[in-house]
Amino acid sequence: MRHISVEPPPFFHRGPSPLARLAFFGLLSLALLFADTRYRYLESVRHAVAVVLYPVQRALQLPGETLAQITSYFSSQSALAEDNAALRQQLLSEAPAVQGYQLLQQENARLRALLNVEKHFQGAATAAEVLYSGRDPFTQKLFVDKGESAGVQPGQAVIDEVGVVGQVTRVFPYMAEVTLLTDKDHAVPVKVERSGVRSVMYGAGSGRLPELRFLSPNVEIQAGDKLLTSGIDGTYPSGLAVAQVVSVERETGQIFARVTCKPLAGVEKSPHLLILGPVAATPQRPEEPAESDTPRKGRGRHRG
Amino acid sequence: MPHLPSFARPEEILLPVKPWFVMLTLILGLLGNLIPVSGVTLRLQPDFLALVLLYWCIQEPRLISVGMAWCLGLVMDVADATIFGQHALAYAVLAYAAEYFRRRVLRFPLWQQAAQVAVLLLFCAALVLLVRVVGGAPIPRWTYAVGPLVGALLWPVVTILLQWPQRPRRSQAEV
Repeated sequence: MRHISVEPPPFFHRGPSPLARLAFFGLLSLALLFADTRYRYLESVRHAVAVVLYPVQRALQLPGETLAQITSYFSSQSALAEDNAALRQQLLSEAPAVQGYQLLQQENARLRALLNVEKHFQGAATAAEVLYSGRDPFTQKLFVDKGESAGVQPGQAVIDEVGVVGQVTRVFPYMAEVTLLTDKDHAVPVKVERSGVRSVMYGAGSGRLPELRFLSPNVEIQAGDKLLTSGIDGTYPSGLAVAQVVSVERETGQIFARVTCKPLAGVEKSPHLLILGPVAATPQRPEEPAESDTPRKGRGRHRG
Repeated sequence: MPHLPSFARPEEILLPVKPWFVMLTLILGLLGNLIPVSGVTLRLQPDFLALVLLYWCIQEPRLISVGMAWCLGLVMDVADATIFGQHALAYAVLAYAAEYFRRRVLRFPLWQQAAQVAVLLLFCAALVLLVRVVGGAPIPRWTYAVGPLVGALLWPVVTILLQWPQRPRRSQAEV
């Protein structure tokens, strides 16, 4: 014993043995793990605790933010001037496109009205700042500073100035959790800009490039192709830049081509993001006709 | 080998610990884990709470043990937005391992203690890994093991800091 003992000697009752306690708490955690992964019963508990922890997290962030502000305040004049010149140049080069945009939008609206098609993207968007990236090394997540109070809802798409970053998956009162494109099995419906081929891009986890699965080897796709959202899932508005194809491997003997892509957006580094407004509700999927009414071809053949 | 101060070997009788100090350090450990960082710093960031918890489980097993560790793990699960029970399980096992090995760990000088702590922290991290991989998560890169190793390197510092209030007042003793 290293200190003056003030407790009774160990032969007095000390509660259940450590092993018994470990068994009890171990089983309890396993039960919790099961309950959380299977049924998601515990979302409300998480919500409540997140509210309590929010001020603490913001307070912890203050020193770093202040430091960043001070350093940026003292950033050299020349760097700012350079930046300014570059931005002017960019503005000028994009001017024709921007001026044309207004016209195009009006024209588009008229045409859509003619076609009686609902607007697929309402254009309401919330700018948000990244608070910090998730600590969990198994998932690819970000936390942003806009939440329920700013009208953010789960399922909204998140983009930066280049392309899609991810999707809002959990909303807390003052912040929201964004799951990135690179998160394992995060799916984005995409189409190839050049050929119009539709597919779904799946994230592969930290440090690995997302890939397109189940594309037959003869499909029209090549390295360097740009992938845009196809908008058929009702989550991502169509036409947003997503990724660029890095490699296409077509091996004889494989049923599917192996297509890896690189996200265009600074998925893990952009500090400012835009949370796009909810996509207008897509029409309900039509009911599958009951099998007894119209037997499918395959079944029919078996029976016949 | 230079003579390390009394932290290295239990030659000195320490004063009894104050429970509020234990709680305070545990809360500070939790706050340390909540510091928002990203990039390389995130990879280097050790699990401060596990480190402080391990220290108290080794030094004061009657005050802090499996139950307390489990509760703190639950708080950590919420703060991290991970699966409920993942840290709770890991911390409970860590606390039990600490209680089991504490007499052996305490016999060694601080740097050798750190080596044993590294094993305990890596074991704790491996348990989290096991839970997540069984749940379908991808296996992370090798940098996953950096955090626990940094934690082990911090062990001597943590020991010296946390033992400070318990050291006998030398001046009074000499007078």
